[in-house]
Amino acid sequence: MKNSSTNKLTVVIKKDCPTCLLIEPVLNELVESYRDKISVYVQDDPAFPSSISNKIDDTSLEFSYRNQIEIVPTLISSNSEQEVARTVGWDKSEWQRLTGLSNLGTNLVDFKPGCGSKSQDPGMEEQLAARFDSEMLSARKVELAESEDEIEACFDRGWSDGLPVVPPTSLRVIRMLKGSRRAANEIIGNIPPDNLPCTIEKVAINAVMAGCKPEFFPTVLASVEAALQDRFCMHGLLCTTYFSGPVVVVNGPVIKRIGMNCGVNALGQGNRANATIGRALQLLIRNVGGGLPGGIDRAVMGNPGKYTYCFAEDESDEDWATLAQDRGFDRSDSVVNLFAGEGLQPIVDQQSRQPESLAKNMANSLQSVVNSKLYGLADAILVVCPEHRRVLKQGGWTKADLRQALLENLMTPGADIIRGAQGIAEGMPEKFKNKTLNKFREDGLHITSTGGKAGMFSAIISGWVASGEKGSQLVSQKIQ
Amino acid sequence: MTSTIMLDPTAELNPVEKQILPRLDSLAGATVGLLDISKPRGKEFLDEVEKYLVEMGATVKRYMKPTFARVAPNELNQKISIECDAVIEGLAD
Repeated sequence: MKNSSTNKLTVVIKKDCPTCLLIEPVLNELVESYRDKISVYVQDDPAFPSSISNKIDDTSLEFSYRNQIEIVPTLISSNSEQEVARTVGWDKSEWQRLTGLSNLGTNLVDFKPGCGSKSQDPGMEEQLAARFDSEMLSARKVELAESEDEIEACFDRGWSDGLPVVPPTSLRVIRMLKGSRRAANEIIGNIPPDNLPCTIEKVAINAVMAGCKPEFFPTVLASVEAALQDRFCMHGLLCTTYFSGPVVVVNGPVIKRIGMNCGVNALGQGNRANATIGRALQLLIRNVGGGLPGGIDRAVMGNPGKYTYCFAEDESDEDWATLAQDRGFDRSDSVVNLFAGEGLQPIVDQQSRQPESLAKNMANSLQSVVNSKLYGLADAILVVCPEHRRVLKQGGWTKADLRQALLENLMTPGADIIRGAQGIAEGMPEKFKNKTLNKFREDGLHITSTGGKAGMFSAIISGWVASGEKGSQLVSQKIQ
Repeated sequence: MTSTIMLDPTAELNPVEKQILPRLDSLAGATVGLLDISKPRGKEFLDEVEKYLVEMGATVKRYMKPTFARVAPNELNQKISIECDAVIEGLAD
C-alpha cells in the first residue's frame, strides 16, 4: 500500500500510554505507506516502538512544547507550509480521513481516548517555557529577594497605577506574547511622552501587569498603535491640565471572541476584557512612556477613566451603522477606536417616542459639553442606549438622520453665547456675535451605542478641549 | 522557596544626560528668541519680557508654536537654534 498524498504526517506518542501501545500496528502501516513523509516523536522511551527504526527522541519535550501537544497520541497532517489538521487519541475514522488510508487499523476498536502529553505534566509548562522560549525575552530581569512580596515589589518600584498589578514573570509574558504572531523584539513605536522605543515584549509585560489574557493582546496592540497615530496627539493628551485620557471603543467580531461587555453596565466594572485592555494602554504610557501623574501629567483633577476606559459597541442591530463603519471599516473588521475624552454625562429621556423629540433633547444635553457657551472647542461621543435606538428605529431614523438632526438643533446664534452674554464672562469671542455657530467642529461629533436593554438613558463622553488638528482627533486601528 | 524573577516593564533607559550649552556672559548684543506657546495672554507676558531684554542690550526675535497642545515642530526648533543665541519659552494662563 503506497500513499499518494503530498501531505506529511507527524505522530507524537509515549510508551506510558495504553492507547499508544494499542496503535503500534497502525504506526507500522503508516511508516510503510508514508516512508520519509512521516515523523514519529516519542516523549518517554526513545526505544519505543521497537518495530519502528527511525523514530525521533523527544524526551526533551521541545517538539511537543513548541507544537502545543496536549494529548498522546496526536496525529498531525501538514502540507509544505503549515499544519492543516490534527486529531488526538485513537479515533479510527479521523485517522483514516487524515491519512487518506481507508483500511487503516480496521482490526482495532473504533475509539480509545489518549493520555495527557508529558509536556502538560504539572509544573512542566513553566520549565519548558523557561528552557525553550526565554531567548525571545530581552527585558531586564529583576530578581526579588525571597522575603519580598511580589505585588508590593511592583508598587515599590513605581510600576503601578495605584491598584495591584499582576507580577510580570517570564512565563506570563511568554504566554502573553503567544497571543499574537508578532515578534517579541519588533519595535511598535516610540511611546510618549518620553518618546522611548517600545518592543512588543514591553507591551506584553504591561498587558500582563494590567491583568490581560493572551487573547486580548492583539486588541491591546491595536490600541497602542492607535495612540501612536499622530492625529491622536497622545503626548499632549498625557501632559494636559485638562481631565481627558484615552477612551477605547471596540468594534467587530473580536467583541464576542474575547468576551467584551457591550450590554448591562458596559462602561462599568466587572468585565475582565473591558477593564484590562484600557488599563494596559495606561500602564504602558506610565511605565515605558514615563507619563507620571504629578510629573509630566499635569491634570488638575484627572478622571477615573485614567485607570481604564474601554468598552465595546452593541452591534446586535444590523441596521445600526457602527462607529467603525462610520470610520470607513467593514462590519467584519475588528477595530479599536481611540478618543481623547473623559467622564460620562447622562441624558435621561423616558418620554420621547418620536425621534424628533429625542434628538432635540440629546442636542440640549450636548450643548453643555465643556461649557454651554463654548462652541467648536471639544469633540464628543454620544452613546445611544438600546431603548433610544429603538425609538429612532421605530420612527424610521438611521444614525445619519440622528446626526443631521443633532447638528441642526445645535446651531446657535452667536449673540447668545458670546462673552458676557447671559451674565457670564466666559463664552465665545465678541467677533462671533452676528454669526450662527455649531457646537461641534466638522467630524467632531461621534455616535456609538452600547448598554443594557432596559432603561432610557443615553450618555455623552465629553472630549478634550484641544480637538482637531490643533489637538486630538478620534483615530481607528484595525486589530490584526 | 525560590525567589521570583520579574521582567522590567519600563523603557530601561535612564535619560541620557545632556550637556547644557555654554551660558552667555552678557545679553548685550545677543539675539534672544521669545517663544510664545499659543496660550491666552502669552503675548502680553512676552511683551513685558521683551522690554527688559531690550534694555539689557539684546535683540529680540519672536516665535510662536502653532498650538500649545502639541510639541513644537522640528522646523521651528531648528529656526530658533539657527537665529538665536538664547531662547525663552513663554508659558501663560
